[in-house]
Amino acid sequence: MSDLLEITDVSLEFRSLRGVVKALDGVTLSVREGEILGLVGESGCGKTVTGLAVLGLLPKPQARVTRGQIAFRGDDLLAKTDEEMLHVRGKVISMVFQDPLASLNPVFTIGEQIGCVVATHQRASKKEARQATRRALAAVGLPATDSLLGSYPHQLSGGMRQRACMAMAISCGASLLIADEPTTALDVTIQAQILRLLFDLRDELGMAQILITHNVGVAAQTTDRVAVMYAGTVVEQGPTQDVMKRPHHPYTVALYECLPHGKKAGELITIPGSVPDLIDPPAGCRFHPRCTKALEICSSSKPLPTQIAPDHWVACHLAVQQLDSCGSAVSL
Amino acid sequence: MSLLSVENLTVHFRTRRGFSGKSAAVVYAVDGVSFSIEAGETLALVGESGSGKTTVAEAVLQLNTPTAGTICLDGVDLAKLSRRDRLAMKHRVQIVFQDPYSSLDPRMTVHDLVAEPLHAGKRMRPADVDSRVLSLLEMVGLGTQHLWRRPHEFSGGQCQRIAVARALAVDPDLVVLDEPTSALDVSVQARILVLLQELKQELGLAYLLIGHDLAVVESVADKVAVMYSGRLVEAGDAAEVFHRPRHPYTAALLASVPSPDPEVRSQLGVLQGDVPSSVNPPEGCRFHPRCAYRMPICETTMPEMRLVDGGTTRACHLPDDALPSAGAGDGGSDWIESSQLFIDEGVEASADSAAAAAAVLDGRPIDPLGLLNEKDRR
Repeated sequence: MSDLLEITDVSLEFRSLRGVVKALDGVTLSVREGEILGLVGESGCGKTVTGLAVLGLLPKPQARVTRGQIAFRGDDLLAKTDEEMLHVRGKVISMVFQDPLASLNPVFTIGEQIGCVVATHQRASKKEARQATRRALAAVGLPATDSLLGSYPHQLSGGMRQRACMAMAISCGASLLIADEPTTALDVTIQAQILRLLFDLRDELGMAQILITHNVGVAAQTTDRVAVMYAGTVVEQGPTQDVMKRPHHPYTVALYECLPHGKKAGELITIPGSVPDLIDPPAGCRFHPRCTKALEICSSSKPLPTQIAPDHWVACHLAVQQLDSCGSAVSL
Repeated sequence: MSLLSVENLTVHFRTRRGFSGKSAAVVYAVDGVSFSIEAGETLALVGESGSGKTTVAEAVLQLNTPTAGTICLDGVDLAKLSRRDRLAMKHRVQIVFQDPYSSLDPRMTVHDLVAEPLHAGKRMRPADVDSRVLSLLEMVGLGTQHLWRRPHEFSGGQCQRIAVARALAVDPDLVVLDEPTSALDVSVQARILVLLQELKQELGLAYLLIGHDLAVVESVADKVAVMYSGRLVEAGDAAEVFHRPRHPYTAALLASVPSPDPEVRSQLGVLQGDVPSSVNPPEGCRFHPRCAYRMPICETTMPEMRLVDGGTTRACHLPDDALPSAGAGDGGSDWIESSQLFIDEGVEASADSAAAAAAVLDGRPIDPLGLLNEKDRR
């Protein structure tokens, strides 16, 4: 499988009144054809910013990519003008957001909103646009009836709204879908339906996806590969099974230990300290002040992603040292 | 005597249309809910949004007026008390809300926020207030250096600690926790859960936990009550309910939780359709339009809560010894037919009939009532 999207060593800053926020620091990620990549991490770790950066949706003068490349099928997205990006967004790469009620326009009907996307990207007559809209709705499991096309977002349930957003995202045959916390605003039974839909979109349309989520369970169940982010860096990346069953980075391990699944509250192990302020992030490894296994080198030098098992990358000095001393991958 | 006992609680709201205030419809928010909480115990109310969890909590906190039913605190019926006596009882039940950023006044300092409930009760000398505030903050893991800051200077987890300190200020016996960690990240969530557990043991608190995150509920609850569309569908010991759900809805709800273990494949999309509207709830069992085990009786008759084994009560027309299996409902119609057939024949569930139920239909084993135990099914 070839790489569809390649994010190489991207660093990104925001200018703010308090100072420069170093939101991303050397993020390297890739999405392959027809796979679901999970971006997992806590709030403020740069998951959404990464997604928005791919689509060029970050506010222009404030956000600045200082280093790195984002290439889609070998095409540098960062070099594109605003005009050119219009033809990428929605047509080649599309995005679904967390809160469907906030991302749909309340004063237009579902049919008009999806039709508008189709009309923007394809030379289609009204009738053809209408047909494309119906096809998209059917593909996400909504009844493509006139009454649905003519209904406004507030008339639909949360799950239906999110499906409508997804219909919009797939209406022009995009090859990559960035789903930013698509199920966080939904109930678990509806969440399960939407996750099933993500699967179906991948299997039936071969649509590659980036699934941004803070829910480790969601990532475990739906993704093929997963990248764990912490404070603007990717700390671990690899096949979901490997990363979640044999985590190597202390942060990934700690994240798993905090999950309440099947544990009594008294047994929970917590991560000391709190997420760092990205205006003045810790030097070296950004996780070192909270890491129970930190070495001296961790506070001075930033660990680079190292391959410890086939396709499994970890950015941690400890994992590298263990690898060096044993000559093979060792779990922490 | 239970600390809190709620009998047949019913809360209906009337919606009004336009300026005329004409009554338009009745929202059946909560219908005939009964449960009790003993001192020092955690009861979790579980359900999807719109199932009436928060309305129950509001009734317990006397923030709304029940249409019917009784709420007794230590055996005293709150509705029968005078206004003055009822106010005097209020300090015994406190609440921690979901989003600390909207439940804490951004203009108040931590000191004032925590001292506010103290002023609402009996008069205290300022020095006593200060020392009480400090000891409360210490209890939730905050210190003197935080006293004069305002909510925006804190992280979500710290704000939630302030909210907990506020709730504990008046020495409640029962604290209602309305989704206390759903606005927080997992690592922060774990710390708040640990804190709540410590406080419970230290102060002998009882909790009424409202939650939709079943993993969180499982880790802290002693008892669980599952709500669906304003009614209780299952209640019992937390471990029992989580490991052997008796109601098809509970089973489906548990199956919908994505497991963090990638090797355990959760059955996603088991439950089709949406939660019904509380304005016009379905006849009979409110879950029947989404239920994989529905029978004709479910469409007409509301099932009552009945005790099944293991101390669990459930509201379901299935035979008492029939358990729903979490994986059912995947295909739809053939499941219903086969379970139908099984019940129509009047076969009493036994080991033999369980084996009969394992008949292979469409090339896959059918266990419509989940009568087989895990091992047999494989």
